[in-house]
Amino acid sequence: MSVPVLEMKQISKSFYGTQVLKNVSLTLGRGEIHCLVGENGAGKSTLMNILFGMPVITNTGGYEGTVLINGESVAFDSPRAAIEAGIGMVHQEFMLLPGFSVTENVKLNRELTRPNPFSMIFGKKLETLNRRQMAKDTRSALDRLGMTIDEWVPVAGLPVGYLQFVEIAREIDKENLQLLVLDEPTAVLTESEAEQFLGVIQRLAQSGISILFITHRLDEVMAVADRITILKDGELVSSGPKEDFTITQIAELMVGRRIDTEARKKRTTRPKDEEVVLEVRDLRVNMPGEALRGIDLDVFRGEILGIGGLAGHGKVGLANGIMGLYPSQGKVLYEGQEVPLNDTQAVLKLGLAFVSEDRRGVGLVLEDTIANNIVLTSMQSQDKFLKPGLLKLKDEKRIINHALESIDKFDIRCTGPEQIVRRLSGGNQQKVCLARAFTQEPKLLFVSEPTRGIDVGAKSRVLELIVELNEMGVTVVFTSSELAELRSIADRIAIIYEGRLAGILPPDAPDVQYGLLMAGKSLEEVGSR
Amino acid sequence: MTQVKRLISRNAVPLLFGIVCLLGVYFAKMPGQFLLMEIVKRMARNSFLVLSLIIPVAAGMGLNFGIVLGALAGQIALILSTHWEWSGIGGLVLTALLATPLAVLFGFLAGMLLNKAKGREMITGMVMGFFANGLYQFVFLFLVGTLIPFDNPRLRISTSPGLRNTIDLGRIKGTLDGIWEVRYGFTKFPMVTFLVIAVLALAIWAFFRTKLGQEFRAIGQDRHIAGVAGISVDRNRILAIIISTVLAAWGQLIFLQNIGTLNTYNSHEQVGTFAIAALLIGGATVTKATIGQALMGTFLFHLLFAVSPKAGQTIFGSAQVGEYFRVFVAYGIIAISLALHAWQSRSAAKAKLEEETA
Repeated sequence: MSVPVLEMKQISKSFYGTQVLKNVSLTLGRGEIHCLVGENGAGKSTLMNILFGMPVITNTGGYEGTVLINGESVAFDSPRAAIEAGIGMVHQEFMLLPGFSVTENVKLNRELTRPNPFSMIFGKKLETLNRRQMAKDTRSALDRLGMTIDEWVPVAGLPVGYLQFVEIAREIDKENLQLLVLDEPTAVLTESEAEQFLGVIQRLAQSGISILFITHRLDEVMAVADRITILKDGELVSSGPKEDFTITQIAELMVGRRIDTEARKKRTTRPKDEEVVLEVRDLRVNMPGEALRGIDLDVFRGEILGIGGLAGHGKVGLANGIMGLYPSQGKVLYEGQEVPLNDTQAVLKLGLAFVSEDRRGVGLVLEDTIANNIVLTSMQSQDKFLKPGLLKLKDEKRIINHALESIDKFDIRCTGPEQIVRRLSGGNQQKVCLARAFTQEPKLLFVSEPTRGIDVGAKSRVLELIVELNEMGVTVVFTSSELAELRSIADRIAIIYEGRLAGILPPDAPDVQYGLLMAGKSLEEVGSR
Repeated sequence: MTQVKRLISRNAVPLLFGIVCLLGVYFAKMPGQFLLMEIVKRMARNSFLVLSLIIPVAAGMGLNFGIVLGALAGQIALILSTHWEWSGIGGLVLTALLATPLAVLFGFLAGMLLNKAKGREMITGMVMGFFANGLYQFVFLFLVGTLIPFDNPRLRISTSPGLRNTIDLGRIKGTLDGIWEVRYGFTKFPMVTFLVIAVLALAIWAFFRTKLGQEFRAIGQDRHIAGVAGISVDRNRILAIIISTVLAAWGQLIFLQNIGTLNTYNSHEQVGTFAIAALLIGGATVTKATIGQALMGTFLFHLLFAVSPKAGQTIFGSAQVGEYFRVFVAYGIIAISLALHAWQSRSAAKAKLEEETA
């Protein structure tokens, strides 16, 4: 057998005394797609940061163990060294400069240059850029990916789905690229984009580039992986060819406990489909990228209404519009009473609550404590947790007690109610958001993308919590990009297409009907098939 | 129509000040010849300093209030050259050469400090300027003549330590301007000075087409991403400040050779504020500045500066108010430009949003 492209042997790493990786080994052959899976905090990112020589590793005392590239021992002290050794990385968040064109991004810090009189005196750094040749190279990289976009278009104007491909174009443009690390690249892609993306990486692997693929989507793992390595709590749990695993096994090994893909407990009582609690008429929401262009919808008391659809079609615009986070117009009636639009405070006072899809931006005050985040909305809009009197002083004692209760109830993994929310993992941050919504004791709750970017274990817990809230009598409008998730807990699922309601389906409707609604077919057409 | 609107809203700052300038010119009722002379003189004096601000803006470090350090480097070199009695254009060039290592050192130190204050470069730079001013005064007001033996009567007062308040720069006065002057009426165009400014503008333009320039621009957009791409962010940021400081030192020399006297303790004080005001008036922002904006801004700012005392006197009937008006204008301009910039970026975001739901 030939020498593997990458071998990581007995890698250990601790941050300030906390061991985050213990004796992890990994082998990657040429042209192989190796999937690395594990919960958040399992050590995947740390392992990749070690491989890539990120400053966060070197600044905290390095690591133990050896890394071999093509059989030779290496120790990268900077990303630059890793890049020179032929390692490319597509990061979870986009590493693209918005003001630069596609070409400038693809060629970032690898610009092609021509000497000029000054560069001869002052050195290579002052050589003139050879923009024409740079564009040519970029074109050929884009062509290899099947991308038709113009190579001079600024990245700022491109749809999110394209950015991932620009990143890959940048990596494959590196002539010596032999190993490509993809850190959750499909998290922001729609289902169809993700499919196209997987096709591209398979093609890359066939051309001899080894791929290390980190993802949360287990069906993707099964679709493309040659080998799978599972990490849990910094340790290697299992590693082997794909054929040795099934999705349920991977999920089990990752979380170390049996998880039920059907988070939904069977309902004891069905909600009555007669009492309309929320009436939406011709709602238009001006949310960038997720605009609603006039939608009519009724929400029944006690139900979980799922809102689905592809990214960019406006499904998250509904909750954001009603809650007054984006300019909207139209008519919304709650319990027969008109909901004032574009006035978040007033909507909150009516007893509506919202768990935003933008957890870190809108959902949380990242630099504040868990306790303060949990009570914030109730304190601001309902005057709860305040000492009696005109001064409206915070009642710290009650806040802490309530936070402790919530931490327990929502299973928030933290060091205590005083911990800063930024330090929590995504799943635990989401639980804080839910705890806050719960603290408002809402009658109607909007939850948007509550499982985005969180690991499998936390995911099922979050879904369970939504169901629990619902069973306590809260009507839930649950928006999600993951159809399976919607179908597992919702009573009805509304599909949004191009800013309008395409149709409403029961959760047990056949896949094909969902597919057609999302593709813009009407319910009549769907039914007739 | 929308194009015209966009053009107006993009250039709101220079347009506004253009109008203010026209009003000033109208009320000042200065003879055209005199006005031309003033403007040419002031453009020659200040353009170089304003241009020295462009590179740090592109590198994402905001408006470099720290060019005061460059000005100090220039002045220290000038004090020494006056002491050694260097004269003529050769003396000026030698002084510039002497100022360069000083400016490099100051720029290096400033860059190191600004690297510790990422995202707060402007206020740090401003306070750093005050601090450097304090050190400079300590050295030249107190140490010179006490700890540092220095006994040149043309530079020192015999009765107390420290340098004179004003130093005559007769030996190098007008040496650059005077090489080749073209007369038009009363106005003398200092061709070589303008040539030097043109060369600098061209050099900056060419610089942004080099590998290093591209690195600066990348860092200016996002330090983290640039760093991950393997660009050494801290090193480049220091380099940007060094370049800016050296240019400011040379700029201050050009400024002072035109004026002809050095106000030992004041000449450098408002270099940063005035150059930045000029750049902002040209339509530059904290994140984007071009050569055209720098030159246009210098023109507008100094046009307003030239006419405002006279205009103030005509309107308010007092020269005192006119004087006050100058300072008011300089700081007011910075405030208004920054506010207009904030307003523009907000309306741009709004316009984009409306486009999407249309």
